[in-house]
Amino acid sequence: MPILTKDEAQALMKKVLSYSKSEECEVNLNGSDNGNIRYALNSVSTSGGISQNQLVVQSAYGKKSGVATINEFDDASLEKVVKRSEELAKLAPDNPEYVSILGPQTYESDSKTFEAATAAIDAKFRADQVQKSLQIARDNKLTAAGFLENSAGFAAMMNSKGLFAYNTSTNVNFNVTLRTAESTGSGYAIRGYTDVNKLDVAAATQIAAKKATGSAGAKAIEPGKYTVILEPAAGMVLLEQLIFNLDARQAEEGRSFLSKADGKTKQGEKIVDERVTIYSDPHNADLPTSVWTGDGRPQEKINWINKGVVENLYYSRYWAQKKNVKAIPGPDSFIMNGGTSTLEDLIKSTEKGVLVTKLWYIRSVDPQTLLQTGLTRDGTFYIENGQIKFPIKNFRFNESPVIMLNNVDAFGIPERIVSTESNTHALIPPMKLRDFTFTSLSDAI
Amino acid sequence: MKRRDFLYNSGLGVGSLLLPATGLFAKTVPLDQPWTTVDTADKKRMADIALNAAKSKGATYTDVRIGRYLNQFVVTREDKVQNIVNTESYGMGIRVIANGAWGFAATDNMTNDSIAKAAALAVSIAKENSRLLKEPVQLAPQKGYGEVSWKTPIKKNAFDVPIKEKVDLLLNVNGEAMKAGANYITSLTFLVNEQKYFASSEGSYIDQDIHRVWPAFFITTIDSATGKFETRNSLSAPSGMGWEYMDARPEDKIHSATTLYNKSYDMLEDAKAAGRQTGEKLKAKSVEPGKYDLVLDPSHLWLTIHESVGHPTELDRVLGYEANFAGTSFLTLDKWQSKKFNFGNKLINIKADRLQPGSLGAMGYDDEGVKCGEWDLIKDGILVNYQVIRDQAHILGLKQSQGCCYADSWSDVQFQRMPNVSLQPGKEKKSVDDIIKGVEKGIYIVGDGSFSIDQQRYNFQFGGQLFYEIKNGKIAGMLRDVAYQSNTQEFWNSCAAIADARDYRLGGAFGDGKGQPPQSNSVSHGAATARFNGINVINTARKI
Repeated sequence: MPILTKDEAQALMKKVLSYSKSEECEVNLNGSDNGNIRYALNSVSTSGGISQNQLVVQSAYGKKSGVATINEFDDASLEKVVKRSEELAKLAPDNPEYVSILGPQTYESDSKTFEAATAAIDAKFRADQVQKSLQIARDNKLTAAGFLENSAGFAAMMNSKGLFAYNTSTNVNFNVTLRTAESTGSGYAIRGYTDVNKLDVAAATQIAAKKATGSAGAKAIEPGKYTVILEPAAGMVLLEQLIFNLDARQAEEGRSFLSKADGKTKQGEKIVDERVTIYSDPHNADLPTSVWTGDGRPQEKINWINKGVVENLYYSRYWAQKKNVKAIPGPDSFIMNGGTSTLEDLIKSTEKGVLVTKLWYIRSVDPQTLLQTGLTRDGTFYIENGQIKFPIKNFRFNESPVIMLNNVDAFGIPERIVSTESNTHALIPPMKLRDFTFTSLSDAI
Repeated sequence: MKRRDFLYNSGLGVGSLLLPATGLFAKTVPLDQPWTTVDTADKKRMADIALNAAKSKGATYTDVRIGRYLNQFVVTREDKVQNIVNTESYGMGIRVIANGAWGFAATDNMTNDSIAKAAALAVSIAKENSRLLKEPVQLAPQKGYGEVSWKTPIKKNAFDVPIKEKVDLLLNVNGEAMKAGANYITSLTFLVNEQKYFASSEGSYIDQDIHRVWPAFFITTIDSATGKFETRNSLSAPSGMGWEYMDARPEDKIHSATTLYNKSYDMLEDAKAAGRQTGEKLKAKSVEPGKYDLVLDPSHLWLTIHESVGHPTELDRVLGYEANFAGTSFLTLDKWQSKKFNFGNKLINIKADRLQPGSLGAMGYDDEGVKCGEWDLIKDGILVNYQVIRDQAHILGLKQSQGCCYADSWSDVQFQRMPNVSLQPGKEKKSVDDIIKGVEKGIYIVGDGSFSIDQQRYNFQFGGQLFYEIKNGKIAGMLRDVAYQSNTQEFWNSCAAIADARDYRLGGAFGDGKGQPPQSNSVSHGAATARFNGINVINTARKI
């Protein structure tokens, strides 16, 4: 404990199932080691390490099910947790939406979600990285605040119908904000990888430093509709709202942006520009994710939006059974196709526009249209005749990702990014979009 | 279960954006398990192991938090029970100062050996980090209290109420809402019990038993001919109470354009009203954008207070400790030092506290063993103070912490979190009707909706649940597509009236987020209905 090998996890879960007397029993087991370091005002602030394991047992009789968990793993504890879940199942009311557990599944070959180098990160490594970042801040007379966190873990499941699945994963996230001494400018960078060897803390800090220095002394320009270039960190927090709302049941019940009158949906219809293609693929080398979900369903490559058309929605197993369709699970991450232009190319091709490097405090305003509000943050710049002319004050926007993706000018080269709102990882391009709606100015820096 | 799955399955993905991202869904426990607590003597024994182990490794200060965090969710939709879950999270967090730096480690393995190892890890992390330190941590003095305890003064432990009673209530609520016209409803009860034991190397051993309850529903009504839909969330307030919050006492009801609730909640009545009101919202007039005088009910105003007063007066934000995530603050120290910064006009008095009965922030001691109290943040419109913890007190020249330290679980390090922050009621006798009577062109807003504010807390935008047009001193019907945008200082200087203490009520949330890794905090905000003049209202309707 906490990270078990496939054989160890299998042996433990077989033992758990051997205690089961219910009609159906399903066991999920996971464990992780995590570490983090936080810094601010050019000095370390808080940091920590935590190890945890968890065993979840679900037992069912007909449509009655019960769940119990434990984090002790001696034989008596394992037997107790199974018995408790069975007692609970007998007490529970029938759940008409209960769906029988899955039988053995065929999964694609494992995706490379675990990297030994990331699992080996320790307190010294984290402190060394932060030292590099702090040095860049001091060299540029800037004030740094940042966060580095790493995790390594495993997840496994087994059930009484013979399903077994196992996966290990690692992750490292780094983000940093640099501010000028008088707080007149601020810059940000965020990175997240499966493999720590791809993380360059110094390079990311240098980018944040450049944005901090470049954003000092921002001028106010009038709110209104502008051509914008959204860097991936900015675009991500709007695109994920589109992905999070592709649920079939919500759409078919009439309460989603995909709903139409009389119970119809927009599945199969073109809702955004034909250059928009968004899919998920567990085997993408730059963004590997698990080939199975927590309820045992396989994760496969799925097109969500293909050339502007809503191709697939995701389903709970209950809703798929009711509608007699394949129960496609929601994705763990997503990938959006882009173009061949660099961010610099997009800027060069812009006569007048606004470069947005980050968006902040995104909230849904109207689920019917997916209208979102939020603000620009940590470096917003005015572009004229293909060049960044001057930093501008932050704006509040009110915009829907659906409207935004109907106003596409060009996409750049996709890159891996982490959502500053949800921590979801994705591969998305920088986006140049027309008529993006800024509704007011903010004095925040 | 992933958070997103839980939110979707319960319908909360649409209905609530305030639920915390972490710490709630850690671990489920069986329903039949008795709600026993860990023996205090045993907790003291384990705490002493950690305190001694940390000291032997070189810690100059140590505190230990042994936490047993229990949650219970009963979630229903329409005519069925979707989910009944009890979660438990039990473990220990150890925080130390070594070589002048903070270190922290947590474990859920409560053997003597594991506790000692976690203490040693916390010390080694502190020592590793000390080379990155500019100045050693400076803690405000704090006396040890010895062995003391505190318990939320609940009348009826909500965890003891049978599941069947909760299920029956929620299914009744759903039935009433649907009879009144709702197409879909998700309803839930969400209970919290924090059993926290704090021990420090300064001689405190503090045992606390904290209870919170939140009943809520989320309704959708659809116009099938047009495909349009409207939603309405419950007007309940998550409370630092037991099941007595569900008592629906007549004296706790306020009859306004809709029924509002004070110290207890009538969930059935609110569901009936909500089912009817979503239908009215579908037919309501779309708002004409422009300047309006807003009359804000406490069920709405609490969130504006939270975002525009609560957060910018957090001293860690003011100093820059949250610059990389939650943000900084426009309420810089020079504004406080000037003693004349007009945060608002003279009507505005705002207090911080962890004392108000029934509030989410109420506790005896904070998570670094400081006894909780009450103090002014804004006095007659002037910024006079912040929210402070032990390692910040010296910055303001304070001799002791204000007791604002909190962690959402044993596994996360405690840091500065918001206490209750409340607008004081008006000193003149004034009812809600008196306030509405004086408004020529206005909107009366009830319930919290969409919310967003910049990282220094200047520019904000808020929606709501119910919007009533006010014309020449009278409610003239319902509006839709309403959101208002303002600047914090302008907004609080535009306050024209606050109802008196008879209308003072608490609102709040379980899921106030801050920190990296992110943690959630439960906080209440009190207010009486207040009027704000000339606020910019936008129309949020779009076509896609």
